[in-house]
Amino acid sequence: MSDLALALRRLGGTVTGGVARLGYMARFLGAILWQTPMAFRRLHLTVREIYFSGVLSLVIILMSGLFVGMVLALQGYEVLQRYGAQEQLGLVVALSLVRELAPVIGGLLFASRAGSAITAEIGLMKATEQLSAMEMMAVDPIARVVAPRFWAGVVSMPLLAALFSAFGIFGGYLIGVRMIEIDAGAFWGQMQAGVKVWPDITNGVIKSIVFGAAVSLIAVLEGYDAKPTAEGVSSATTRTVVISSLAILALDFVLTAFMFRGVGL
Amino acid sequence: MPVAATADSHATLSPTRRLDPAAAAIELVDVSFSYDTRPILRGITMTVPRGKIVAIMGASGSGKTTILRLIGGQLKPKKGKVLVGGQSVSDLEPDALYALRRKFGMLFQFGALFTDMTVFENIAFPMREHTELTESMIRDLVLMKLDAVGLRGAAQLMPSELSGGMGRRVALARAIALDPMLVMYDEPFAGLDPISLAVVGQLIRRLNDALGITSIVVTHDVYESLKIVDYLYFVSEGKIVASGTPDEVRASSDPFVRQFVDGQPDGPVRFHYPAPPYHKALLADVE
Repeated sequence: MSDLALALRRLGGTVTGGVARLGYMARFLGAILWQTPMAFRRLHLTVREIYFSGVLSLVIILMSGLFVGMVLALQGYEVLQRYGAQEQLGLVVALSLVRELAPVIGGLLFASRAGSAITAEIGLMKATEQLSAMEMMAVDPIARVVAPRFWAGVVSMPLLAALFSAFGIFGGYLIGVRMIEIDAGAFWGQMQAGVKVWPDITNGVIKSIVFGAAVSLIAVLEGYDAKPTAEGVSSATTRTVVISSLAILALDFVLTAFMFRGVGL
Repeated sequence: MPVAATADSHATLSPTRRLDPAAAAIELVDVSFSYDTRPILRGITMTVPRGKIVAIMGASGSGKTTILRLIGGQLKPKKGKVLVGGQSVSDLEPDALYALRRKFGMLFQFGALFTDMTVFENIAFPMREHTELTESMIRDLVLMKLDAVGLRGAAQLMPSELSGGMGRRVALARAIALDPMLVMYDEPFAGLDPISLAVVGQLIRRLNDALGITSIVVTHDVYESLKIVDYLYFVSEGKIVASGTPDEVRASSDPFVRQFVDGQPDGPVRFHYPAPPYHKALLADVE
């Protein structure tokens, strides 16, 4: 077989494999949704997972939000002052965070901190036969283990993104108002006048919910589907972070394109 | 303890001999199974009588655990039938399968205890999932199960704080939490020290007799098995190659059984993995 034919065959295999994986993912999501009422009957399981995914991610999210806001203020001031528009700094910081940076950077951090932990935990449960034990006890692992973790991610992500924005704006305030000494009234006033609930905040919230669902789905699927070995769990964890990160960036483009109203299309 | 055997005892054990199907809790009829194209089981027929302990023995990778997974409905046979209480497991709808599994207990090879729960919570888990018992009743039942395996004092420990033998005993207590009709043991003796091994062996026998359950023990520990079980099946390369009572096994001259019982490195089960002739492999680079 010629090199070209071999390359084409590999390409075809990769494409059909990818499509099959997407189909499997859709069926897995269907199974999670089907088992959701059962999972919500034991709401404490989801609340517990919100603690592990959300509350324990707070430190990294808040610190990152603070620093991102501070950097935004420094960079924003540098550009805005060229045009004498430094009073707009509050607006620039807030819009950048609420519309784009909080969902995206928050999502990436969530994938690294909580997504990888979810995959590793479910993968290890599989490797140590805990999921099989559950099945043999007539308890569906999708309802007991997977669905609570999925919904915990969907709930946590927008809350984390909101806190990321809040701390980012506080960071911008520290740099803009406290350090550079822009007028505090202008900083807050421009922000209040320029940031709209719809579309700015709502679009940001929609993005963070979609990213939370995507990261959680990828994390639980990779864990559930991991090879039950140390190497299998480790590569599943890596895959979660890589695929989630790419999915967030790709979905961000798609969602932004749908939400974009700037050129009158 | 006599088993409802239909054939007389003889030196070479018949692989095809069947126990009385009328007394069967579990029956496998001509069951074959393969992963993709790799055959694991080929035409297995066996009977597990109600209230007895039956051991399935064989070398690692011979398909023993696959038999348990077929009985539990986690795998479906490619051919043949797995009957539990007369019901074909592979034909059951998911709800009926889950209802059947509530009558099962399973001890996994390394316990498979839930690592985020205490010993107490592990044993309470099936009760909380499947019953509406009050907390005080669950507490009493859990303590009774733990007392039966001698670990009442370990109720508040985490699984990571248990030794291998203790973990196996906790898993055993969890397996009998709902008073099952069938308990399956997957390598219950693997990796245990001699004391823990004897304790687990005696517990299997005692619980089986006290609760009137049926037990299937998958193991390669021939000495411990001969002490506690009522009947043994030997599996090799996916087939039953011999079966009999412990006394018949001890007296057997069957080459496979002798190799297994005497622990001989070579025999019907080859020491060497299939390979081209040794001299050819050594001279391959010269040629």
